[in-house]
Amino acid sequence: MNNEQNRTLIFEILRYNPLIKGDTPKMEKYQVTEAPGMTIFIALNEIREEQDPSIQFDFVCRAGICGSCGMIINGEPKLACRTLTANYPKGVITLLPLPGFELIGDLSVDTGKVMRQMSERVESWIHDQEAEDVDLTRLEERMEPEIADEIYELERCVECGLCLSACATKRMRDDFLGAVGFMRLARYAVDPRDKRTGEEFYEIIGDDDGVFGCMTLLGCEDYCPKDLPHQTQIAYLRRKMALGK
Amino acid sequence: MKVIYTDSLVIGGGLAGLRVAIAAKQRGYDTIVLSLIPAKRSHSAAAQGGMQASLGASVKGVGDDEDVHFGDTVRGSDWGCDQDVARAFVNTAPKAIRQLAAWGVPWSRVQRGDRQVVINGEKVTITESDEAHGLINSRDFGGTKKWRTCYTSDGTGHTMLYAMDNKAIKLKIPVHERKEAVALIHEDGVCKGAIVRELITGQLIAYVAKATTIATGGYGRLYSVTTNAVISEGIGTAIALETGLAPLGNMEAVQFHPTAIVPVGILTTEGCRGDGGLLLDKDGYRFMPDYEPDKKELASRDVVSRRMIEHMRKGKGVPSRYGDHLWLDITLLGEKHIRKNLREVDEICQYFLGIDPVKEYIPVRPTQHYSMGGVKTNFKGESIGLKGLFSVGEAACWDMHGFNRLGGNSVAETVVAGMLVGEYVADYCADTPLKIDTKTIDSFLEQERVKISDLLNRERGENPFKLKKEMQKIMMDKVGIFRNHDDLTKAVEELKVLNKKAKNIALRNRISSSNPELVEAIRVPKMIKLAQCVAYGALLRKESRGAHSREDFPQRDDKNWLKRTLAYWKDENTDLPEIEYEPLDIMKMEMPPASRGYGDDQTIAHPDTEKREKEIEQILKDNPGIDRIQTQELINPVEVPERYQGKNERVGRGFK
Ligand SMILES: Cc1cc2nc3c(=O)[nH]c(=O)nc-3n(C[C@H](O)[C@H](O)[C@H](O)COP(=O)(O)OP(=O)(O)OC[C@H]3O[C@@H](n4cnc5c(N)ncnc54)[C@H](O)[C@@H]3O)c2cc1C
Ligand code: SF4
Ligand code: FES
Repeated sequence: MNNEQNRTLIFEILRYNPLIKGDTPKMEKYQVTEAPGMTIFIALNEIREEQDPSIQFDFVCRAGICGSCGMIINGEPKLACRTLTANYPKGVITLLPLPGFELIGDLSVDTGKVMRQMSERVESWIHDQEAEDVDLTRLEERMEPEIADEIYELERCVECGLCLSACATKRMRDDFLGAVGFMRLARYAVDPRDKRTGEEFYEIIGDDDGVFGCMTLLGCEDYCPKDLPHQTQIAYLRRKMALGK
Repeated sequence: MKVIYTDSLVIGGGLAGLRVAIAAKQRGYDTIVLSLIPAKRSHSAAAQGGMQASLGASVKGVGDDEDVHFGDTVRGSDWGCDQDVARAFVNTAPKAIRQLAAWGVPWSRVQRGDRQVVINGEKVTITESDEAHGLINSRDFGGTKKWRTCYTSDGTGHTMLYAMDNKAIKLKIPVHERKEAVALIHEDGVCKGAIVRELITGQLIAYVAKATTIATGGYGRLYSVTTNAVISEGIGTAIALETGLAPLGNMEAVQFHPTAIVPVGILTTEGCRGDGGLLLDKDGYRFMPDYEPDKKELASRDVVSRRMIEHMRKGKGVPSRYGDHLWLDITLLGEKHIRKNLREVDEICQYFLGIDPVKEYIPVRPTQHYSMGGVKTNFKGESIGLKGLFSVGEAACWDMHGFNRLGGNSVAETVVAGMLVGEYVADYCADTPLKIDTKTIDSFLEQERVKISDLLNRERGENPFKLKKEMQKIMMDKVGIFRNHDDLTKAVEELKVLNKKAKNIALRNRISSSNPELVEAIRVPKMIKLAQCVAYGALLRKESRGAHSREDFPQRDDKNWLKRTLAYWKDENTDLPEIEYEPLDIMKMEMPPASRGYGDDQTIAHPDTEKREKEIEQILKDNPGIDRIQTQELINPVEVPERYQGKNERVGRGFK
């Protein structure tokens, strides 16, 4: 744990409430006395409780698990709850909301809407006519242990949206599906319970808004907090698409 | 006036709420889910460890079945649970997990052949059978006789919630995000929906429904240090209480988890100990076997937490600037296991503590974790005081956990209760016309509108953030793991003062739209009421049972206290809840009270216990040759919706 005590940290935070008429975006400065083990989560709450009760941001699990707290911290998209202030030796921390999402206010953005749309677009569920008629009293269908692990690897995505905010293609093309969608689709492509054919997957991502639009700049992989294998999977999907068609 | 009509309104988008929504939708009813946040971010996602279901596929689970699961659950509850509910639960859990497998959860699977595991500090080789290969695997958890906790590496809750939400998306169930239910609408003792605040615009909306389900999770944030999410504030539970009609059950039953990291309280899963991790003191000494020679680190949670505090009180804690703690040692599990099966733990250690759990010990301390209490319902999930109001998951006191819940039994409860209660909600929708006087809607809306405008107009008053902190400190210091008359009395008095102060909150940021201070101001008075239910219930309960541990009344007292606490808040102007009790009927129990098997048994027995034991003996004598399932049906017949009846198959055992 960090032993540097009582540093005074400077937070520069983008403040803007689109619901207040006439409000304009501005950077505001706050000072916080650092405590050992302090995270951006702890610091922001201190600012809200003691200095400015109007400041907006989103945290849920505060443990790096739920994906709520993505923001741009000194230029990099990160999960704020698991970012220690000690990682910033200069003691100046600039916070901006994640780009590419509708701004709710200050550091709070609407990731929920984008992720639901993504799920609807890639039809993020098992496609199997028979799944509803499974006899629940009987043994479950077997699965090879490695396949289960492989699916889980891809399902570790927490829909934080950091990959989208770091994606140059997405910035140019709003309809570009982005890494989170590719990961989701790859997850179903390796799942034997999903009976979709290569052709059906192609329908969803076989164009320039899909895998072929990716310029392989890999901002996504650099910033994914769950270390998902974007590069490998995008290549896998491309191969699969090429074969499927 | 904005009014939205639906058949089934579900407040809460975690595992429990989504499962109820799916059930009603599949039966053809219009359904809306409300959530503070996107559903997939609900706290269910944080469950790492696993879900209990007696599949018995892994070699260490062989011999497991509903009966063993039932016994563990009832003993775990310290006989405080509703045995009908626990029975329906254990019988349905295998079906629930198999359904989730069909819906996409990538449960970890059994690999045939040899596998090295750590049991009781030793490396042991176990051999999985050929016939179990590819079936759902299970791991060891505290308080269970078999390895019953099914899991997906250490992302069980995450994968369950994703599968559940994806299923809801497939069924086109709308989830209205960033909405907060702030009051229930009711008329003539029947619930008709909720008044909801849109958290971005601040608009108040009336959601009017035939059936309303509260699935808002736990209320860990009544305490200053908790493993729960920051949104686990119990508002759903509180709005039920505020109707004056719906009672809350067993609010004093609050679970502390043995291993949350110090100081921030983030959980390291019970899977750490289940997989072989040990608890060590400041001398590096493994102390649990001294206290609990039989189950050691894997005794029930309440027991381990108390033993840890006892050991620290003997001066064996590791001193730190945040007070004493103990060590969790998982180094013996090896790098491969930790990086794969305990990866969330690994990440938490690296990011929040800056340590590598492969090489270093983890500083841990018992921390608030789970709310056994909640909206008291019958076995159908319906409130016992307000018709048309249902509740499931951690928000509810369906009452399968009594005074202590077993690890892995909670996510299991969310999906099993969701399945069963979801059917009853659909039945209710079928039988109930949507009829309401618009004046009723109006008056409930107006009531909330006035409350908010009072808050926005008050010039001077209390700071809601400060009140919350004070409440959390009172709960932490005086209503914690060990409780006594003096501390509890103080807590009750101090909370009364806070209750009064909470009627006089004033804001610095006086806007009605998106405003975190206003959100806090709406929530804090409700949270204080819940805290009062916990503290007052704890003061009155003069015995120790499960997680409720009184230093001045160390015995479990079945003679006087085999009953469930019911807390009502009938009059807004009073400063204490009214407490009533509902006796548990031993003569209907499948498993009459006995010793839990920890320490010396000092239970004060109830006279019916012996009577019921004899009665059961007689029933068995009168019906020679019946199998275990017929036995259960005779001793403890339970009602389960037709589609979820039927015996469960197990590998190597069939349907027996
Ligand atoms: C760190 C941690 C680890 C755990 N691990 C395990 C485990 O391994 N095994 C196990 O069995 N159990 C575990 N548990 C317990 C288990 O995860 C929870 O009890 C369970 O997931 C609760 O699910 P739920 O659906 O009842 O509520 P939640 O998942 O908490 O969902 C609550 C929902 O209600 C919504 N909501 C709340 N208030 C309102 C309101 N006023 N208006 C509208 N919406 C509202 C929220 O937005 C959310 O969608 C763990 C708990 C924690 C904290
Ligand atoms: S792929 Fe990674 S960065 Fe993108 S949303 Fe998922 S977890 Fe976040
Ligand atoms: S708050 Fe959940 S990931 Fe940061």
